Amino acid sequence: MAKLTFSIGGIHPADSKRARDCKIETLPLPPKVYVSMFQHLGAMAKPVVAVGDHVKAGQMIAEPGGFISAYIHSPVSGTVTAIGPRKDLAGFNQMHVEIQVEGDEWAEGIDLGPELVTAIPEDRDFILDRIKMNGVVGLGGATFPTHVKLNPPPGKKADCLIINGAECEPFLTSDFRILLERTDEIVVGAAIMQKVLGGCPCVIGIEENKPEALAAVRASLQRLGYPGIRVETLKKRYPQGGEKQLIDAVMHRQVRSGGLPIDVGAVVQNVATSLAVYEAVQKNKPLVTNVLTVTGDVIDPARQHNYLFRIGMPLSFIAEYAGGVPEGTKKIVSGGPMMGKAIANMDAATVKGSSSILYLGAATQRHAATPCISCGRCADACPMGLEPFLLKKLYAASDVEGLEKNAAQDCIECGCCQYSCPAYVPLLDNIRMAKAQVMAVIRARNAKK
Amino acid sequence: MTNTIIWTVVILTVLGLVLSLVLFWVARKFRVEEDPRIDDIEKTLPGANCGGCGFAGCRAFADAAVKAGNLDSNYCPVGGAEVMKKVAAILGCEVAESAPMVAVVRCAGSCQARPKINEYQGERSCKVKAGLYGGDTGCLFGCLGCGDCVAACAFGALSMNGETGLPEVDESKCTACGKCTAACPKHIIELRNKGPRGIREFVSCVNKDKGPAVRKACSAACIGCGLCAKTCTHDAITLADNVAYIDFAKCKLCRECEAVCPTGAIHGVGFPKPLDKEAVKQRIAERKAKAAEAAKLETAVKKEDNNG
Repeated sequence: MAKLTFSIGGIHPADSKRARDCKIETLPLPPKVYVSMFQHLGAMAKPVVAVGDHVKAGQMIAEPGGFISAYIHSPVSGTVTAIGPRKDLAGFNQMHVEIQVEGDEWAEGIDLGPELVTAIPEDRDFILDRIKMNGVVGLGGATFPTHVKLNPPPGKKADCLIINGAECEPFLTSDFRILLERTDEIVVGAAIMQKVLGGCPCVIGIEENKPEALAAVRASLQRLGYPGIRVETLKKRYPQGGEKQLIDAVMHRQVRSGGLPIDVGAVVQNVATSLAVYEAVQKNKPLVTNVLTVTGDVIDPARQHNYLFRIGMPLSFIAEYAGGVPEGTKKIVSGGPMMGKAIANMDAATVKGSSSILYLGAATQRHAATPCISCGRCADACPMGLEPFLLKKLYAASDVEGLEKNAAQDCIECGCCQYSCPAYVPLLDNIRMAKAQVMAVIRARNAKK
Repeated sequence: MTNTIIWTVVILTVLGLVLSLVLFWVARKFRVEEDPRIDDIEKTLPGANCGGCGFAGCRAFADAAVKAGNLDSNYCPVGGAEVMKKVAAILGCEVAESAPMVAVVRCAGSCQARPKINEYQGERSCKVKAGLYGGDTGCLFGCLGCGDCVAACAFGALSMNGETGLPEVDESKCTACGKCTAACPKHIIELRNKGPRGIREFVSCVNKDKGPAVRKACSAACIGCGLCAKTCTHDAITLADNVAYIDFAKCKLCRECEAVCPTGAIHGVGFPKPLDKEAVKQRIAERKAKAAEAAKLETAVKKEDNNG
């Protein structure tokens, strides 16, 4: 069958999936966890526990701070020792709840058993409520609250649910590992979301560099026999896993500037989200665990790992457990090398969306920037059809109107422009800021209306 | 040949005459009456068009001043009192005396005082750096060192000191236009009173974190202990968000705060002699002893009054 891909831009970085054969291991519990109140898109969550309270693992400790926000649950059992600002991985102060770990006792009503529950609840509202109450957010990177995405506004209908198993970022293997080890759960999760969206067709998209995952999902689909779910092989191309790129690849539809996927009848969810939905709905288990890859280009292959972690674990704890920072490390990144953020503070805690600790060496260091030579490669590489060199100039001139006209707000921050720039111009740094500026202007204008 | 030349000259002369008449008529008919004082004021102003006054340029300043008829809401920080006096003379009004100001960098987090905990490789711009992450030191509030302020200064008064990694203000060139204060994303640079003979006192820190965290990040930072505020007899120092601030309008330059500050975050500039900390501390101690004695006496007197 033809391999699917998106129509414009994109790059082909080496996939470097060096930790692909490392089975998922469960991390031990640290002495203390720090649960951030800001680990989803939207409004900050409000803590509902006080210092001195005893909490159980899976107990709700924070409620949503707005419509687009999420519940947060305690990842461990223990005593709340502090609630206050703590530095996140970028070094900014965020509200955290600090919990001293005591034993590992889970809250009541959570099914921790390994058996697969295939019978899907009939009631749509019950499913949505479970997803919401268990704090499920999109784990593909943006951490958008899942119950909001699965509940399209009136008048809009989903024509297709896309389960995103592309994992186009180099190095990352967490999605690949859960596709292999938790295949059935992911398929059931997809079937649940399909039901919530009114039984639309569902496509599980996986890049061609993961043939084992493709075979496993195909076998699982045959075994479980849910109707209307199929697997599609995607070309290996970055950023194949971008929401809008995946819609283009699978449905051949383009989301207009400023539009949402649901405008073209698409809902995209990551495979890890699908697993979280399964656990939330079938097992009533809140989202307090996720899988993270410890890898990089300077790490000893034997010390690479895929870990099942609890949210709130300090990154330094995980790094130490994995054998410390390898020699030759110049930069530690959380998330993929393309879209991830350099970690400024290793004491920062993991969040729902944490996907990796990457140790990168001198070979991947940034080069010193030289002036733009107007070659236009960035514009060719941009999968959103933007002109990065122009956006940088407009940002330098503080021309917010011009930035909006040239759709800086459509940037998906994939980093293709910066990757392809032969002059090493830090394009994305500027465009990220420009995007934030334009979004603020648009929000202010909408608020006035 | 001759004919052609003659005809050319005649036609062009006639054309010129007719058009000049038209222009003359148009100029008379549509003449805009403009106050000649606007031109005069514009000539008096420095002509830097820096925008430090809040207007788009010197012409806009002059226009606004003439329209208002007074200088209540106009002040040229670049020209200072001298230029403002001349402008006031043109307008025939009074000008409020305003003390000269200067840009002050309120961060002393040099490379030695504030060790780097990571290395920044992104765009060399404070604005971008401030948005991307918390900075390459443990301090979230201090100077980022990419020099946005230096680039913003139209007078060449700011420069980066390679050794400390902090910007420095050349007082002789600074016009207090305020461009740098707007360019700094961390709001470290403040326009402060230049002070008598250039003598002034300020807190060189804006870190709002709590003491222990601040101390860990930077050895030259204000830890918000409040000793200075307690010592100050002129009510000039306020403590808000764990950081002290000296109100330059109230400060009497006694240097007591500077002597008691445990981290040296309070800086004195332009004093003829270096600060003798011990002498000042002794002076404070003596004053406090006297005050305690006086209080004792007062309570004793009160007691006697009550008894009697």
